[in-house]
Amino acid sequence: MSANQQPRPYVNPYVAGTLLGVVLFASLFVTGGGLGASAAMSRVQTGVLDLFAPGHVDRVAYFAEMAGGTRNPWAHYAIYMLVGTILGGFASGLVNRRVKLETRKGPRISVQARWGFALLGGAIMGYGARMARGCTSGQALSGGAVLSVGSWAFAMAIFASAYAVAWFFRRLWN
Amino acid sequence: MAPYDLAASLGPVAYAIVFGAIGFGFGAALEMGGFGDTRKLAGQFYFKDMTVLKVMFTGIVVAAVLVALATSFGLLDMSRVFVNPTYLWPGIVGGLIMGVGFVIGGFCPGTSLVAASTLKIDGMIFLVGALLGVWLFGETVGSFQSFWLSSYMGRFTLPDWLGLPMGVSVLLVVVMALALFWAGDLAQQHFGEKKPWAEVKRVPGRGALAFAGTLVAASLVLVAHGQPTPEEKFTLLGAEVRRSVEERGIFVDPAEVVALRRDIGVKVVILDLRGEPEFNLFHIGGSRRVTLEELETPARLKSLLDQPPSTVTFLVGNGEVSALNAWKHLIAQGVPNLYVIDGGMNRWLERYPVDACVAERVGASDGRDGQAWRFLYATGSTQPAAWPEIDTSRSFRSPCVAKEVDVHPGAHHAARSWPVHAYTKRVKLKSKAAVKGGCG
Repeated sequence: MSANQQPRPYVNPYVAGTLLGVVLFASLFVTGGGLGASAAMSRVQTGVLDLFAPGHVDRVAYFAEMAGGTRNPWAHYAIYMLVGTILGGFASGLVNRRVKLETRKGPRISVQARWGFALLGGAIMGYGARMARGCTSGQALSGGAVLSVGSWAFAMAIFASAYAVAWFFRRLWN
Repeated sequence: MAPYDLAASLGPVAYAIVFGAIGFGFGAALEMGGFGDTRKLAGQFYFKDMTVLKVMFTGIVVAAVLVALATSFGLLDMSRVFVNPTYLWPGIVGGLIMGVGFVIGGFCPGTSLVAASTLKIDGMIFLVGALLGVWLFGETVGSFQSFWLSSYMGRFTLPDWLGLPMGVSVLLVVVMALALFWAGDLAQQHFGEKKPWAEVKRVPGRGALAFAGTLVAASLVLVAHGQPTPEEKFTLLGAEVRRSVEERGIFVDPAEVVALRRDIGVKVVILDLRGEPEFNLFHIGGSRRVTLEELETPARLKSLLDQPPSTVTFLVGNGEVSALNAWKHLIAQGVPNLYVIDGGMNRWLERYPVDACVAERVGASDGRDGQAWRFLYATGSTQPAAWPEIDTSRSFRSPCVAKEVDVHPGAHHAARSWPVHAYTKRVKLKSKAAVKGGCG
């Protein structure tokens, strides 16, 4: 790839949103379920744990439901969707010249600090996503589209909380 | 009629490919929208970049309009589409936790996948963090299980909550989203582009107006067209359901009902559609008298839809006519594991007769809704035939046998055992939603 090939600009958010909505509709129409990521992450985590501590997986009800005994946590539609999501992101990144090993961060923090906060934020996010029985895609997006009351309350809670704490973490991003 | 039972109709490879393709579209749409760049995501919470709000709510609204259109025109059976069940407070608390994680980590789980796929190191590290988080949750959820399972409201949608038709609810959501986009644009111009309020452009561009107009017009079509009635839905359900009626797959022999009542792993619910006098004369033990109108009220329908997955519900009339009609209405509205008792109460009494001094036979059990037995007085569920799963009649006082007690004072009756009836097993327990979206 030559150096003068700049990344292409992102598409108009309404166009991207419409595309997302059509994909979500296709998922609901064909499979009867929406999109998501956190369920698959939970399965990846349980599957890895099952390799090292199968006895522990069998004893904790939450893990046993996915990988207890002879259950296979990997053969699940959420995992296939996860693989597809990674491939789709990669393909779009490739076409638009955005595949590049780098760290994106705010202007005033170091790369290492960004990594630390990404790890911490990821852990908080993962914990909250399972508490809420779904992440931004599985609950807010998919549940929102089928007008679930709980999903709308959840979506508002995320935005409210993020806006409430944004000021305290302004140095991370500004 | 969509959605399709992919696990049953596709091989494992094709099944994986379908979900992989959907994931591919999902990942590509997110990446194109800029969700792989943490600065675009975080910018949302400083009013610098409204991409998150616009992409996400556009996605929700477009999908909601398309779903409602598909159900409105009879292409999609909404009752078989997974609606995330509402656990109100765990959802809100989880959302509040995630908001903090969003601002600190700069991603949500789905977007971190896309960031990682385009080799953003922060995305990969976030992903590792998210895996730690879900692991930590699995380890700790046992200690607050009761909270995690609290405020359960089942399948609870905005139309249920507001008491409005689907079309009107979608229109409201569309209008709300458009208002949010407009306000977001103003905020972005002021806070992000540092324009003073006086210079902020208040009228959206032509493209945005056309987009908004299309969404509103589609919602108005929904309001005007409405959603199909239960009768219309039943005709749309397709050949499979009609065949199950014609081939009598939904009619369950009384003997199988009795066998299921013995099975402690299954909850059997019997809904009796006959009038009150007939119900008082004789009914199956534990059954409830209902009318179809009552069953179709939102509250009763919801309780039928939210029953535990191991519940089998039977409808019974004198014959089969009224029960079959109710079955069609309820099956069209998605009630799972629903069957009709074969031959109705008339067949039941043929299989499990009451004593001759209680009722006499006056007609045939031919499936018609007339009463085939004339009861001399109201027995309710006091007859052994109301509880055939109990093998002894000792706990029942039979008026016919009472006179003979003098002959053998103090003697118990011999344990009554019902004749064993051969039957074809018809009940197949199905858990309702096979695919639960990304949260399962």
